[in-house]
Amino acid sequence: MHQIAPMSEDQAAIKAAVEKTLEPFGDDYWAKTDETGDWPEEFCDAMAAGGWLGIAFPEEYGGAGLGLTEAALMMQTVTRTGAGYSGASAIHLNIFGPKPLERFGNPEQKRENLPKIISGEEKMCFAVTEPNSGLDTSSLETKAERTNTGYTINGRKIWTTGAQRADKILIIARTTPKDQCAKPYLGLSLFYTDLDPNKIERQPIPKMGRKAVECNMLYIDGLEVPKDHLIGEEGEGFKYLLQGLNPERVLFAVESIGLGFSALERAATYAKERVVFGRPIGQNQGIQHPLAKSWAELSAAELLAYKAAGLYDAGQDCGAEANSAKYLGTEAGFRACETAVLTHGGMGYAKEYHVERMMREAMLARIAPVSREMILNFIAERVLGLPKSY
Amino acid sequence: MKVLVPVKRVIDYNVKVRVKPDQTGVDLANVKMSMNPFDEISVEEAVRMKEAGTATEVVIVSIGPKQAQETIRTALAMGGDRGILINTDETVEPLAVAKILAKVVAEESPDLVLLGKQAIDDDSNQTGQMLAALLDWPQGTFAYKIEKDGDALTVTREVDGGLQTVKLATPAIVTVDLRLNEPRYASLPNIMKAKKKPIDEKAPGDYGVDISPRLSVVKVTEPPVREAGEKVEDVATLVSKLKSAGAI
Ligand SMILES: Cc1cc2nc3c(=O)[nH]c(=O)nc-3n(C[C@H](O)[C@H](O)[C@H](O)COP(=O)(O)OP(=O)(O)OC[C@H]3O[C@@H](n4cnc5c(N)ncnc54)[C@H](O)[C@@H]3O)c2cc1C
Ligand SMILES: Cc1cc2nc3c(=O)[nH]c(=O)nc-3n(C[C@H](O)[C@H](O)[C@H](O)COP(=O)(O)OP(=O)(O)OC[C@H]3O[C@@H](n4cnc5c(N)ncnc54)[C@H](O)[C@@H]3O)c2cc1C
Repeated sequence: MHQIAPMSEDQAAIKAAVEKTLEPFGDDYWAKTDETGDWPEEFCDAMAAGGWLGIAFPEEYGGAGLGLTEAALMMQTVTRTGAGYSGASAIHLNIFGPKPLERFGNPEQKRENLPKIISGEEKMCFAVTEPNSGLDTSSLETKAERTNTGYTINGRKIWTTGAQRADKILIIARTTPKDQCAKPYLGLSLFYTDLDPNKIERQPIPKMGRKAVECNMLYIDGLEVPKDHLIGEEGEGFKYLLQGLNPERVLFAVESIGLGFSALERAATYAKERVVFGRPIGQNQGIQHPLAKSWAELSAAELLAYKAAGLYDAGQDCGAEANSAKYLGTEAGFRACETAVLTHGGMGYAKEYHVERMMREAMLARIAPVSREMILNFIAERVLGLPKSY
Repeated sequence: MKVLVPVKRVIDYNVKVRVKPDQTGVDLANVKMSMNPFDEISVEEAVRMKEAGTATEVVIVSIGPKQAQETIRTALAMGGDRGILINTDETVEPLAVAKILAKVVAEESPDLVLLGKQAIDDDSNQTGQMLAALLDWPQGTFAYKIEKDGDALTVTREVDGGLQTVKLATPAIVTVDLRLNEPRYASLPNIMKAKKKPIDEKAPGDYGVDISPRLSVVKVTEPPVREAGEKVEDVATLVSKLKSAGAI
């Protein structure tokens, strides 16, 4: 059931419908958003109107009740059309960002928030990374201190995607000092609350690619959070966060794979048409083989990503598969984009052929939300049983 | 008014078709298939009629391989009510399609059959007309606009040099042209709803129709490649070139 080869009738219908929805948003649309930095509003509206944002949420909140497999298929289709991360990242957070809320929020929090996220009426951002702690989440410095009515949050976050337009923020902060906790990952709490622009200063970070979907530095100064915006138990936030990590890794994997296939297709087309030294450049093995290799790498990573999604949908552990797929998929995606640029010769460096934009975007998925090194640390330690290295 | 909408599964219009080396047809292996774009327009029109309250039920029918069920589902996701798949792996020529549809019409008694003016695979542009002849029903082909007018239909047709308006008594056959409407995309909630809509499965034999081919294809070839042109300095050179090429 949870597989994509061969695709079920539903999956084929999802893929075809997403392709149709994306049809009006061609290369020029994405090239323009990348130039101006304007949020891809029309694209987001079209996806929300088609009910796509609710793909993996229960029907009672207006979702379609499908699994990670279908969500992944949808996101891969988005990047595959050429939308890349400019498209995927603009809706990515609506798809899996609210998972901790769905899993661990109370019925009232879900009823209040999920339908608005699914309809696109509200947008959220996800604030975990901090300038001084990086991948070492247990060392984050943002504090949530108890008040009579709830909490006051102070601190800094970095890289928070989409914070300029978000109505809500899913934020993790320390509620008990690390040295008073039995383990470093305890004492962190998760909140889903209003992004009050008077209490959170947001500064966009100029960056390499995906200009349309901005990332921000957040300065949080006295953000008042009512008690009922706490998700689950105080001090258990990191555990809740972890639950959403595997699906997110799978989504990053397939988004990169879709992007890679898109770049590869362009390169193959160009290699067939471009004639130098009296024949198509694609007739040379020096051009053919890197393209063929990319196809094989993307396809292998794709298989692993959907294996992870299938395990997740079946309620089984998928940590090793999801992490490996994220590693392989984002590496293969980047390599495919790089190969596409090289295949285009000088034109690969020109914006006109779109592959340089794809290469810049593919780079981000190698770094965020978890780096290659941390994935390899995970596999070494948890799968191969090697001593923890950090 | 009950509307019957036949839909055909064809090569997706974005696919660059390849002729088989033996020139018997085009290569369908691993090629993306979709609903004939003209049929999307007829489904859209039927669904709009239902939304406007002029149609009571929209029945989708497809004749083709098992996978044509996906095409029916797409139409159901656009708003059709139920489907009929007449399953066959054989090539079904327009006359056989029209004969099967005539039997479906006898069973379903629709007030209107809305077809695409042609399918983009063989471009036959015959099925609607043949069906009208077999049933002896009035027909309005190449519809640009369809309006209900009491028990009749007013159909504005795209004809050479302009538009022609005809009035048809129902039951009637209408084939749709490109500019009738802009078909909607299936939304995810509607794809989910479509899963629960019934699709009856039949075979051509159930209707007692002999579908064996009446036509034989001699040869299928790629269109000739356009030769590059030549630029000339002035009119005199042009004329002399044309003369030496024997064109004038
Ligand atoms: C485009 C983009 C969007 C983002 N969006 C968000 C968002 O919405 N919300 C959010 O919270 N964050 C977001 N991030 C942040 C992202 O998750 C982090 O950049 C990522 O987790 C890496 O953290 P860091 O940048 O602090 O790197 P660091 O932790 O400083 O790591 C730097 C390098 O050191 C390596 N390293 C660190 N520790 C070890 C070790 N023990 N062993 C081996 N190598 C090690 C890392 O692998 C990495 O290569 C985004 C980042 C980018 C680029
Ligand atoms: C930023 C930039 C600045 C530039 N500045 C200048 C400049 O100032 N002046 C100037 O004259 N030019 C300039 N160029 C052009 C540059 O020199 C060419 O882009 C380069 O020589 C490649 O030529 P091409 O782009 O036509 O690629 P193509 O010749 O089309 O080659 C495309 C791809 O096919 C491969 N290929 C071709 N033939 C074979 C073969 N037989 N076997 C294997 N692989 C093959 C190539 O290695 C390449 O990967 C510049 C280019 C850039 C990107």
